[in-house]
Amino acid sequence: MNNKELIPQLFKTEYRKIISVLCKLFGIVHIEIAEDIVNDTFLLATETWDLNGIPQNPSAWLYTVAKNKTKDYFKRQQTFSQKIVADLKQQHTLSEEPEPDLSAQNISDSQLQMMFAICHPSIPAEAQIGLALRILCGFGIDEIAEAFLTNKETINKRLFRSKEKLRAENIKIELPDESEIKKRLEAVLTTLYLLFNEGYHSNTSQNYLRKELCLEAMRLNYFLIENENTNQPNVNALMALMCFHASRLDARTTETGEPVLYEAQNKNSWNEELIEKGNYFLIQSAKGSVISKYHLEASIAYWHSTKIDNPDRWENILQLYNQLLQIEYSPITALNRTYALSKVSGNQKALQEALKLNLEENHFYHSLLGHLYSDNDKPKAIFHFKKALSMAKSAGDKTTLNNHLEKLK
Amino acid sequence: MTEFMMIFRNDYNPSFKPTPEQMQASVKQWQDWMGGIAAQGKFVGTTRLSSEGSKILKPNHVIADGPYIEMKEIVGGSLNVKASSMEEALKLAEGCPILQIGGNVEVRKVIPMNN
Repeated sequence: MNNKELIPQLFKTEYRKIISVLCKLFGIVHIEIAEDIVNDTFLLATETWDLNGIPQNPSAWLYTVAKNKTKDYFKRQQTFSQKIVADLKQQHTLSEEPEPDLSAQNISDSQLQMMFAICHPSIPAEAQIGLALRILCGFGIDEIAEAFLTNKETINKRLFRSKEKLRAENIKIELPDESEIKKRLEAVLTTLYLLFNEGYHSNTSQNYLRKELCLEAMRLNYFLIENENTNQPNVNALMALMCFHASRLDARTTETGEPVLYEAQNKNSWNEELIEKGNYFLIQSAKGSVISKYHLEASIAYWHSTKIDNPDRWENILQLYNQLLQIEYSPITALNRTYALSKVSGNQKALQEALKLNLEENHFYHSLLGHLYSDNDKPKAIFHFKKALSMAKSAGDKTTLNNHLEKLK
Repeated sequence: MTEFMMIFRNDYNPSFKPTPEQMQASVKQWQDWMGGIAAQGKFVGTTRLSSEGSKILKPNHVIADGPYIEMKEIVGGSLNVKASSMEEALKLAEGCPILQIGGNVEVRKVIPMNN
């Protein structure tokens, strides 16, 4: 592997480790200093490794440089030293300059704590994902902008505001108490869920980026499973959900990036290993008495991942959607539920229910109506597919709708 | 949107012992009906009551076993929904499975707690 591949990869995996440790040491109010040190470290790596080749243990090299840069920073900044170091010395009863502890244990603890800090309830959900991408996943501003389909300025502003918030609230980098963990875990899981969906449903044309987002969400979720305090049933359920969805990542787009509908996917290109992992985490999630929305969604994804055409499949999926909607309504769940109903009770029954959904503004709604009318009212089917086409934004959705229209002619 | 409560009542029939298949079919009917309401974003919450172990507490610490002797109908559960009017709430109640087995649905407007 050469520098050009290695450094971006290390950035994704090591950035969050170093920044978490440094933020924990400095306090979140000084997050920007931590970011500067890590960025400088990687800059030096790029320059040095180009000249002298890649060191034997690149991660250890990065830790040593980050450690030295931190120490230098403390020495240089007289005012900083007086203010912060005095505090730190008092807290840690240290006699000398504090030094970042880049041991495996502290790295692992700090990352987990950083996740909880970023997912603090005072920070808006959208900003949490942005921060998570930047700090926990080492994404560049341009990559985040691409993932959110917006421009760099917007992302910069959003990140700036959320960092201000972190500072203003002086959020501690620590694992909350056991009683607090369950409450805060909800927000952490929501961020990971959104992060994964951002990758899974993103309209960005950058295929690698989409996959990377999904994998990052899974990596972060795995931290929660590795720690016994956060290894809760809903965490395992979310992991199962991600594994099942990720198993179809390659099958759901063609080589040129066109979407492939579920029914048309080549089942042999589903990733068996991920399906097995999904099964494993789904079993792990079957503990306790609470059925979270992740349990229900993972169970639906499980049924979509079975290759054997079980006659009960759609009935099970319908019942899971019924339950899911009672926990949390969303237009897309309502549409999926109605599709499942059509598989169980036929298009006519589903059509009656679809017409009550009141989702005129949603292009998937018209796409569903087009599908349900296809059997016995072609003009109406064409009307709704055309309506959906006029509202669809992504090229992929448009292609799919045009294909449907083509078949009706 | 106003909140309404549907109260499900049926004749008390202690001799009716459904088979597991009948139970399953009944659960499906109820779930499909409530799922349809939830799909419209109008589901608020539901309570299902057990038909076993009912007690009535009366003044002066008098405890009676079950309401069944003096009441012809028993309450089987309730469902809270959001609807723009009583008419719409009644429309939502139309598909309720209890109507198919001779029961009835009482629809009542809920008074918000903070008013």
